Amino acid sequence: MRIGVLAVQGAFAEHINKLRQLGIEGFEIRKAEDIKEKFDGLILPGGESTSMRKLLNELGLLEPLKAMIKGGMPVFGTCAGMILLAKEISGGGTPCFGTLDITVKRNAYGRQLGSFRCVEKFADREIEMPFIRAPYAVNADENVTVLAEHDNKIVAVRQGSQLAAAFHPELTEDTAVYEYFLEMIGKV
Amino acid sequence: MEERYQLNKELAQMLKGGVIMDVTTPEQAVIAEEAGACAVMALERIPADIRAAGGVSRMSDPAMIRSIQEAVSIPVMAKCRIGHFAEAQILEAIEIDYIDESEVLSPADDVYHVDKRKFKVPFVCGARDLGEALRRIAEGASMIRTKGEPGTGDIVQAVRHMRKMNSQIRHAVSLSEDELYEEAKRLEVPYELLKQVHDNGRLPVVNFAAGGVATPADAALMMQLGAEGVFVGSGIFKSGDPVKRASAIVQAVTNYNDAKLLAELSAGLGEAMVGINENEIKLIMEERGK
Repeated sequence: MRIGVLAVQGAFAEHINKLRQLGIEGFEIRKAEDIKEKFDGLILPGGESTSMRKLLNELGLLEPLKAMIKGGMPVFGTCAGMILLAKEISGGGTPCFGTLDITVKRNAYGRQLGSFRCVEKFADREIEMPFIRAPYAVNADENVTVLAEHDNKIVAVRQGSQLAAAFHPELTEDTAVYEYFLEMIGKV
Repeated sequence: MEERYQLNKELAQMLKGGVIMDVTTPEQAVIAEEAGACAVMALERIPADIRAAGGVSRMSDPAMIRSIQEAVSIPVMAKCRIGHFAEAQILEAIEIDYIDESEVLSPADDVYHVDKRKFKVPFVCGARDLGEALRRIAEGASMIRTKGEPGTGDIVQAVRHMRKMNSQIRHAVSLSEDELYEEAKRLEVPYELLKQVHDNGRLPVVNFAAGGVATPADAALMMQLGAEGVFVGSGIFKSGDPVKRASAIVQAVTNYNDAKLLAELSAGLGEAMVGINENEIKLIMEERGK
């Protein structure tokens, strides 16, 4: 199994390390050439979504990756990655892939002083969740399954082959979210 | 506080592979964000102008910093003087995302740095070598950058600092465990932090390049030397075409190994900032805060 990790900006190395721990090959996607060879899943990491959207556009990655996601390529977005997938951004802002039927609020917990860690249930497992200048989903369409909430706010969702989390599982020891994603890939 | 420090180190991880740009107005901040900056540094005067103006240079007006916070959604950083913990408290009060305790401003204390562990907001500090880096981390910095020589458009000092730090890290890795105590004494750093460097082959926090970056090639050079991202101060808004140059530097940081792309990015950028060579400057900012 090969999983591509978008590596135009942000915490992509952390995802690749995590995949390696699980015995899975992760590779960096920095330009259009990098997605020529076949791969089985895509991870959109944390970072700055405005910066990533700009780079996706300029590097000719936006349209081909969007077509892959629409075609059923399993994708997992964390934090900024969740924003890239969202259909709508609360308070304005240009959606990027716009394939996930949620409305997401950027910097929903405020500035860095609002960043925090907590323990919540993710699909029946208690896991640690670091939120760093994180978003949350203000609403999700009926076809979207909510996998985790914190303070009654939606922080993890799944819709078909798309998985998104407002927090950073790549920064914790727990691998529950990755296992969930790998299972999704296995079923494709 | 341990958890807060962890979260602050993690915010720096999110900035990796990105460009942090100096801006002096909300309009410049918007240009930077649209060009793909992963954060902006709000300050009244960019380093080249600080250098030209002379005199004492201090923390920026909080009203000016606020106007930039309101203009963009990316993290906003601001500088306080070395050792000026009251300026740092003010920046924390306006909920800045990162404080740069910076040698670009006039130092407020010629002995002590800010005790950064007392703060909830994160700090980035400049360093010329492993000793300075680990001393700042011991004081609570959650991100490091090379000092370089700000406001010169000359990359030589940043290169010197990055190479020295890397060479000292490689040396620390090569030492046997019983030799680390002496090396910690020699570098004047806590043993525990040096042990972490020895075990992991890297600094315990994210390390960016700063000081003198003026072109996409400069940014690529620093990335290839091991920087995890780049600060660009005077290089953008002192150049002929800031929009184009900012965007080119952002792309250069992402694909720093792709010489063909770098050639395209470097073409037709207009005039770069006028640089000043090492032997032409009187004020050496890198010597501030050891």
